[in-house]
Amino acid sequence: MDLFEYQGKQYFARYDIAVSAGGVALNVDEAVKQADLAQYPVVIKAQVQVGGRGKAGGIKLANNADEVRLHAKNILGMDIKGHIVKRIWIEHASDIAEEYYASFTLDRSAKRHLLMLSAQGGVEIEQVAVTDPTAIVKLYVNPIEGLSFDNARRAVVDARISEKAIDGVAAMLVKLYECFTKGDCDLAEINPLILKPNGEVHALDAKVTLDDNAAFRHPEWDEYRATEELDEREKLAREKNLQYIGLDGTVGIIANGAGLAMSTLDVVNQVGGQAANFLDIGGGANAELMTSALEVINSDTKVKSIFINIFGGITRGDEVAKGIVEAMKRVKLRAPIVIRLDGTNAKEGREIIANAGIAESQLSSRATMLEAARVAVEIAGKN
Amino acid sequence: MAIFVNENTKVLVQGLTGGQGRFHGLRNRDYGTQVVAGVTPGKAGQDVEGIPMYDTVESAVAATGATASFIAVPPKAAPTAILEAARAGIGFIVCITEGVPAQDEARVFATLQRDFPKTRLLGPNCPGIISPGKCNIGITAGEIAALPSKTGPNVGIVSRSGTLTYQALYELKQLKIGVSTCVGIGGDPVPGTSFVDCLAEFQSDPETHAIIMIGEIGGSAEEEAAEFIMTHVTKPMSAYIAGVTAPAGKKMGHAGAIVSGGKGTAQGKMDALRSAGVKIGLNPTEACELMAQIVLGL
Repeated sequence: MDLFEYQGKQYFARYDIAVSAGGVALNVDEAVKQADLAQYPVVIKAQVQVGGRGKAGGIKLANNADEVRLHAKNILGMDIKGHIVKRIWIEHASDIAEEYYASFTLDRSAKRHLLMLSAQGGVEIEQVAVTDPTAIVKLYVNPIEGLSFDNARRAVVDARISEKAIDGVAAMLVKLYECFTKGDCDLAEINPLILKPNGEVHALDAKVTLDDNAAFRHPEWDEYRATEELDEREKLAREKNLQYIGLDGTVGIIANGAGLAMSTLDVVNQVGGQAANFLDIGGGANAELMTSALEVINSDTKVKSIFINIFGGITRGDEVAKGIVEAMKRVKLRAPIVIRLDGTNAKEGREIIANAGIAESQLSSRATMLEAARVAVEIAGKN
Repeated sequence: MAIFVNENTKVLVQGLTGGQGRFHGLRNRDYGTQVVAGVTPGKAGQDVEGIPMYDTVESAVAATGATASFIAVPPKAAPTAILEAARAGIGFIVCITEGVPAQDEARVFATLQRDFPKTRLLGPNCPGIISPGKCNIGITAGEIAALPSKTGPNVGIVSRSGTLTYQALYELKQLKIGVSTCVGIGGDPVPGTSFVDCLAEFQSDPETHAIIMIGEIGGSAEEEAAEFIMTHVTKPMSAYIAGVTAPAGKKMGHAGAIVSGGKGTAQGKMDALRSAGVKIGLNPTEACELMAQIVLGL
């Protein structure tokens, strides 16, 4: 789960990482109130989970309430790369002497934690990586040894960060590492990490991605969950406990297993179609689950055909077929279904479908993935 | 021969009294796997359909001589279960648990590496391993796997995805191609066993004559495999990579399956494997058909 900047800062604050005083606002009046609390001058920042806010006009400085009103009004509702701004963050404007970059991630090939640190902050780190790769210091941390202050300090020195900031940044890195590990982050990034003229070190931005698998030990994540920006289809799927990702095509997809679902998207694309979604119904495929899955697919008005791709291993083909037939009695579908059933008891399953008394134009089966994809794409093209 | 597990492998099941552990543990036994013990704290002295239960892995190993463990416990308990098995001297651990936090996986991996370098962990979040006719640990339906032929050629399978593993097993069976071992390494960010580990084993297994690899978007495991293949694998290979059409920044079901910052794309992985001499299928069926052609030439 990706956090908004303000949530990331609140999360950082839990681990004693210095952030600016500020508050979140949903409208202009709240913005003025928060600005008064933070004390002028303040910075108003659009809360969207996409880069390039500044360039889009989503970050503004305000010296008084009138300016807050003006900017807040402009920024709220702004469309930044397809993300509509619903919240703004107002914080006390910081004096900046220098800007750095720091992040922790898990390096999957090294199977170690990875610190990336640079004296060139405030710009896209990917750009720095291209233009001046030596400006990024990488430090691998063994997860069972952790990050000591001394090792952090050495990385800071290697990054050629100003002498007066060395101890402050090193201390900040140790705290950020704590937040990354104990806080179960996939990513904890500060860009820019600033040095103020008075020598203080401070997180001016926060980019945090949480590991959903660790939610069971973080009740405090519930409030972040509530502000997650999902489309209507994704909301419905979450309520029904389905692994669903909305896409833009016209062929609705249901598959068992993440790999097979991904593969189904690929095959639809290969035969000239576009998938409307990714949907993994997992191991079981009973009527209950199939009904839920079909309801979610059905809520998508773009869907012109539905491709159900099931490989029976433990899931048996005859049970899947019964589930589909039963689900079709419960849900009135907007589009016909093409199913590919393979594996354990697939033959029995195909017979159940053929003898269900449902018109072949509404429900038909094919023996292979490619064939079924072709038919589904053809139907989507016609409707 | 086969890799990692064979007819002599003695398996204990951690969590045999749980829903998943019982279902799959008994199926594994029905397949012919030597399932010699179950472990659940507080259940010592009981049995599950004739399989004796023990409180700890240590006592189960002492009593039965188990050499492998099948872990089917909830995500909260999985890290401790893995380390308990390693501490008791288990050499091969299969953990099917889905939903283990990445930080826990990283710590467990580092601990195994430091304290139990001889223990191999498969998973977490993997379908398991099957050496057809000999041993099946995990959730694969044994009947979809073709037995290896005595004279060969036989194919080894290694895959990051569960259902695509079954798909490959099933298609090879339709094509009447024998399978030496099929390993599902799982789709999590820190898998205990990598493609490279499996490729190295297949390369030195005399019963394996060719290899199918099934990868997916995210991470760089396939690229690392490609590098390894170039220098270490002489057996012919075909491969399929899922997720060509996956949009960037969205996790496609598996915790590890995500394209981010332009890295981990299917195209990049296919290119890397192709330049290592691997035949690439654009869907799982095609990868198996390519394998059929390879096998014909052996």
